[in-house]
Amino acid sequence: MDDVIVAISTALGKGAISIVRLSGKGSIELVNKVFKGKDLTKVESHTINYGFITYNDELIDEVLVSVMQSPKTYTKEDIVEINCHGGIATTNKILEIMMLNGARLAEPGEFTKRAFLNGRIDLVEAEAVMDLINSKTERARAVALNNLEGRLTSIIREFRQELLELLANIEVNIDYPEYEDIEEVTVSDIKNKISQMKDRLNEIISESETRKIIRDGINVAIVGRPNVGKSSILNRLIGQNKAIVTDIAGTTRDVVEGSITLNGIVLNFIDTAGIRETSDIVEKYGVERSIEEINRADLIILVLNNNEKITKEDMKLLNLLDSKKYIAVINKKDLSRKINIEKLNLKNLIYTDTVSSDGVEELKKKIIELFNLDEIEQNDYEIFTNTRQITLAKECLEILRDVEKAVNDNMFVDMIEIDIKRIWTKLGEILGENYSDELINQLFSQFCLGK
Amino acid sequence: MKYDVIVIGGGHAGCEACLATSRLKKKTLLITGNKNNIADMPCNPSIGGPAKGIVVREIDALGGEMGKNTDKSLLQMKLLNTKKGPAVRALRAQADKITYKKEMLKTLESQQNLSILEAMAEDLIVDNGKISGVVLENGEKIYSKALIITTGTYLKGMVLYGSHKVSSGPHDERPSLHLSDALKRLGFTIKRLKTGTPPRIKKSSIDYSKAVIQPGDPNLYTFSFSMKPQYKVDEQIPCYLIYTTEKTHKIIKDNLKKSSMYGGYVEGVGPRYCPSIEDKIVKFADKERHQIFLEPESIYYDDIYIQGFSTSMPHDVQIEMVHSLPGLEHAEIVKYAYAIEYDAIDSKQLKPTLETKLVENLYTAGQINGTSGYEEAAGQGLIAGINAARKLDGKEALILKRNESYIGVLIDDLVTKGVMDPYRLLTSRAEYRLLLRNDNADIRLTNYGREIGLINEEQYSIFEKKLKDIELLKNKLKSIRLTPKDDINKYLESLNSARLYDSITLYDLLKRPEIEYENIERYVDEKFSFDVIEQVVINIKYEGYIAKANKEAEKMLDYEKIKINDTIDYNKVPNLAKEAAQKLNEIRPVSIGQALRISGVNPADISMLLLYIKRNYNE
Repeated sequence: MDDVIVAISTALGKGAISIVRLSGKGSIELVNKVFKGKDLTKVESHTINYGFITYNDELIDEVLVSVMQSPKTYTKEDIVEINCHGGIATTNKILEIMMLNGARLAEPGEFTKRAFLNGRIDLVEAEAVMDLINSKTERARAVALNNLEGRLTSIIREFRQELLELLANIEVNIDYPEYEDIEEVTVSDIKNKISQMKDRLNEIISESETRKIIRDGINVAIVGRPNVGKSSILNRLIGQNKAIVTDIAGTTRDVVEGSITLNGIVLNFIDTAGIRETSDIVEKYGVERSIEEINRADLIILVLNNNEKITKEDMKLLNLLDSKKYIAVINKKDLSRKINIEKLNLKNLIYTDTVSSDGVEELKKKIIELFNLDEIEQNDYEIFTNTRQITLAKECLEILRDVEKAVNDNMFVDMIEIDIKRIWTKLGEILGENYSDELINQLFSQFCLGK
Repeated sequence: MKYDVIVIGGGHAGCEACLATSRLKKKTLLITGNKNNIADMPCNPSIGGPAKGIVVREIDALGGEMGKNTDKSLLQMKLLNTKKGPAVRALRAQADKITYKKEMLKTLESQQNLSILEAMAEDLIVDNGKISGVVLENGEKIYSKALIITTGTYLKGMVLYGSHKVSSGPHDERPSLHLSDALKRLGFTIKRLKTGTPPRIKKSSIDYSKAVIQPGDPNLYTFSFSMKPQYKVDEQIPCYLIYTTEKTHKIIKDNLKKSSMYGGYVEGVGPRYCPSIEDKIVKFADKERHQIFLEPESIYYDDIYIQGFSTSMPHDVQIEMVHSLPGLEHAEIVKYAYAIEYDAIDSKQLKPTLETKLVENLYTAGQINGTSGYEEAAGQGLIAGINAARKLDGKEALILKRNESYIGVLIDDLVTKGVMDPYRLLTSRAEYRLLLRNDNADIRLTNYGREIGLINEEQYSIFEKKLKDIELLKNKLKSIRLTPKDDINKYLESLNSARLYDSITLYDLLKRPEIEYENIERYVDEKFSFDVIEQVVINIKYEGYIAKANKEAEKMLDYEKIKINDTIDYNKVPNLAKEAAQKLNEIRPVSIGQALRISGVNPADISMLLLYIKRNYNE
């Protein structure tokens, strides 16, 4: 962590200028060695300095160098930004010169990691930056930015403040039992506050879960017996020419067949082992395999053949769909109807004819409807964006339920308070203000410390 | 003359300290300015209260004296917070100030290995960073292997009322003028703290008809686990409740600038938890009235203590103020209220054993460490005494954890966080207070007391019997089953409890919120004592909560187990925030657990620290 890291912090391409950024103790000295102009180690902090980057006495580029001394910088370390002329060759050359002089190429997100570790930003903000870097669509970017501004942070702080006031009041009642000046907190006071908070948190969590797809996209599995038209439907959805058929054996778990953007949300079609196969996959891999795939998916598209009666295999698949979001596609609607689904009480029925693309638009509309993709656009984004936050928030919700139960059992206020304190602590963990294993695990996994 | 241990100061900390060391067979000298002032209660006449009362019981379980001495001098006893959960219940006694001193002096004088000397200590003798004795006022040197300073408010004590400022200890006792300079020379940070006490009035001049009587508890209690009650329920002396009036508030507001505090005569920082009446009226201007309790001090004299009315006003204003209170229109002030300033050290300069980091075998306890309260002082005195003796014997120190005692919480807070204003124990300072109950102090700590050698055979056998009975009763409740018979169901319904459809053990039945032990006692074939039943019932009824608290505590203990090497240089830990490095260097925590509790050290710092420890010490 003592070394100087460097990265090109603008997109590589034909832009008018590119920025090469360095951070770490010694970065100013490092740049100074190859800078022709003022002595950068003597210039004032937060100034922009005109000059040239040289290499072996050769002028490489005319540049503007921003010098920002620790600690008032993004990483709280010394930062130097070299504004050079765009173009891959020059920018890369400058990057290379920096590395030859002792800088190390930054890992993705390493500037942010340093900002976090040096206490410049909190964990939620750091996570938001990571989300921002990883976000695939404009909308995910909007959510990440929102977190960065600390809106979620301020909501959680509000919760904590409310709890803290409640806690303080209860504590005063305990420590000053005979003083009438302070009102005694009653079980019903707790009840009101807690149920409000529970509802609000519940809202945010369920929003978050739906919206998690904003970042990660919706995983869609297309399942069905062979030859019912699964691949045709996939191709119709993602556009024939875009159809990617990967053929990596044994890597099925993470293989995405292709993806489309629907109302700004990424739909990932996960490999359902069988789309490419011609042999009877349900028999070959068994229902086991299908279960796994169905569990991984946020949405199942079950394809059935209009021209055939429901088979045992169809029934097996249907039984798996019970608790999942699914769309039942009756394909080959142009052929004569033999399918007997009247008694099955299927939801979200769509009829398609993949030869003429008939029904495919309807299918897309159904997906939009099922995930409220229209609504997402209109709402504010005050949500948890990653699993760690959602898990902690769910734990809070669990404790809030305990509190409600205890309130109904007429438990002593000071006992209930123990749980209220736990919620307060857990909310602190979400913010990274309270220490917990969760946090350290997160640190070690996401920021690969300890190397 | 050479002693094993010298204790300077005979207050509540000093008494516990010198008793502990002498009972642990260390030749001990107690130096006090005035023998007749040993174990004095210069402020309120009560011992115990929320958190504090639990400390008294912990002291008793460890083999200290405060609980027993209080039981011998009770005027009134109360169990507080009975309408709340078991975790926050606490005993509070009104103790007779005369009896308390007399009984404690008797105990000290009859204690083997303990001598008492009336003198003033002026300087400390330190050899190679190790304490070796004390220099008295007359120049005489007395040597010892360890030394415990428990000087209370006497270090450069300064009594204030109005614009008057007099060098003095409480009740015109002589202050200690030079000892804090000696500490300063040794490198201790000296801070100035302040506390205050209300006026005392003549009982016969009070018209009690305007006051609300506050009687003692109808049940008999003792602080000590091995004492029988020494008082009778109906012979308890009551306290009285009155309220401040509009007139009182006006007098105070009109004369505010005349008080030492608001006139700017006080340098010391006063306790937030025990504000003066001036403070209450200024800070809570919208409150129309404040509660005032009239409390007896002793049966041997006529003084009544006006609880909640501490002030630093000049005497003439005090008279006006007192006369504005209902029933006190003609009250005669026997002792005027005053504020007192005194020197204290920075408690961050102490180890968790209460030994100072600067001088080996030098310990401090009580108000000198920045605490307030008799109980807080006594708890520290006991621990300082135990650890001084154990160190001389080459034994492992006693460091109580936050999940096993309030004393542990107190000391950990002192050495980890330090104090800004006089520190008072509150239940809210204990994160595992459900585990630190009034009822289980003996279960938590008696074994420590026994191991250390402060719990005698007799006391220990009482404890063992209790443990045995608890097991017995628990097993009985688990084995006795009720079946869904008509008469049983009728009985349950009469208690507003659901009918049985299957058989149920008494143990499970007790888990129902509406079922108390009295309701099922008829099915148990043996009589058990109240404290045994209490223990078993609490553990059944609050099983879930207790389990949660234990789980949280275990988490903390895991961090506590990661020790930090004493030689670590925090300036070398990469990427530690500057403030964190500075705090860590100052406090030098013994474990990651302790480091976590230092304010200004954030989670990111902890992860950096963990990484550094892993790299440099574990591999």
